Amino acid sequence: MCLAVPGRVLEIEERDGTRVASVDFGGVVKEVCLEYLPDLQVGEYAIVHVGFALQRLDEESARQTLELFSELGMLQEEFGDPWEAAAGQEVGK
Amino acid sequence: MKYIDEFQDPELARRLLDDIHATVTRPWALMEVCGGQTHSIIRHGIDQLLPDEVELIHGPGCPVCVTPLEVIDKALEIASRPDVIFCSFGDMLRVPGTGRDLFQVRGEGGDVRVVYSPLDALRIAQQNPDRQVVFFGIGFETTAPPNAMTVHQARKLGIRNFSLLVSHVRVPPAIEAIMRSPNCRVQGFLAAGHVCTVMGVDEYPALADRHRVPIVVTGFEPLDILEGVRRTVAQLEHGEHTVENAYPRAVRAEGNPAARAMLEDVFEVTDRAWRGIGVIPDSGWRLSAKYREYDAESRFSVEGIRTREPAECRSGEVLQGLLKPYECEAFGTRCTPRTPLGATMVSSEGACAAYYLYRRLTATSTPREASPVA
Repeated sequence: MCLAVPGRVLEIEERDGTRVASVDFGGVVKEVCLEYLPDLQVGEYAIVHVGFALQRLDEESARQTLELFSELGMLQEEFGDPWEAAAGQEVGK
Repeated sequence: MKYIDEFQDPELARRLLDDIHATVTRPWALMEVCGGQTHSIIRHGIDQLLPDEVELIHGPGCPVCVTPLEVIDKALEIASRPDVIFCSFGDMLRVPGTGRDLFQVRGEGGDVRVVYSPLDALRIAQQNPDRQVVFFGIGFETTAPPNAMTVHQARKLGIRNFSLLVSHVRVPPAIEAIMRSPNCRVQGFLAAGHVCTVMGVDEYPALADRHRVPIVVTGFEPLDILEGVRRTVAQLEHGEHTVENAYPRAVRAEGNPAARAMLEDVFEVTDRAWRGIGVIPDSGWRLSAKYREYDAESRFSVEGIRTREPAECRSGEVLQGLLKPYECEAFGTRCTPRTPLGATMVSSEGACAAYYLYRRLTATSTPREASPVA
């Protein structure tokens, strides 16, 4: 129930003074109320919960987070103990 | 799906795990206070990939599970009335009240409907002006703004046959109560990402400071959870206790100001009972005076309810992290998702249901999915 998922805005229309978007969740398209994110634009991603967009997904920060993860352990690989690393691989780590 | 698949990458998960293994030197107990995270942890076997020193305690983060029995019984009574269309999220249907559940009420002729959004319930009210339409408004800070907006719209559009049965709860007072409990073993918190998407993070520094406990705002995908654990463990190992945001793609420091303003307008803070735990001061919301006429409890004057919990159910201890689901004698035998004794076995976000679904029947059983890949 508490699930909130990222979806991409396909189109936006005005209905009874309220902005409503069609949002694509990996193939499933749902109607989403934009009252809490009135400046969301077509093509942007938002975190959606029970039919409401709650926050714009910050694509730049998503990219940075993934980059940080991929850099983790690089120093370890560069300067770590290769014997230990090899032993770790042997037991299927 | 974009922004989900990338955060399930097994190679990056290994890097995060290696970092945690390299950092940890002694035992630490971390609590996640979000049922969505509990589900993700058990589904992906994350707890079993972590070093033995890192224990994840599943906190009272499932809104379905903590909704008090008295409110469930009120829902059952209102839903049984012939003039009522009772609308709810699907996972409330099987939550046991005293002797029955919403599913049975429907079988007995009650008009119980499952909706995806509270706005669907409002639409049903517009289409059925001669019926009373009640929406079961439960949930944490994530779900409260959609429900608040729905009541606001009802008032704006003059839809008077709509009302809300409110049982909203707030995370920070629960963290306070957990830290004050004499049995508390928690040394660090993974804060619920989507609660902070709405509320921001400004309620947490005082908590972290007062209890000298690190609080790391954490997302829901495997890499998000590993990053939350990694940062919490790093703080603990360095003797630090600050608030960090490990879910910046969805959480800004200020949260969503429009949603917070709507919450201020529609609700007011109140003491709230949590099922299996008891009353926690200031831990809930009820409708403010301006919107009180949309309160289903006063509209249907459901008073004098006598509740009865099954004596065998130990969900209160599970919710407080004092008991693992498989340590309960009824788990998987007399209590299953088909015949639940308590709410933690009902919702997919409940710890008992997650352990049952992924075959964590004993402390040592192998999970169905041991890799961090979906």
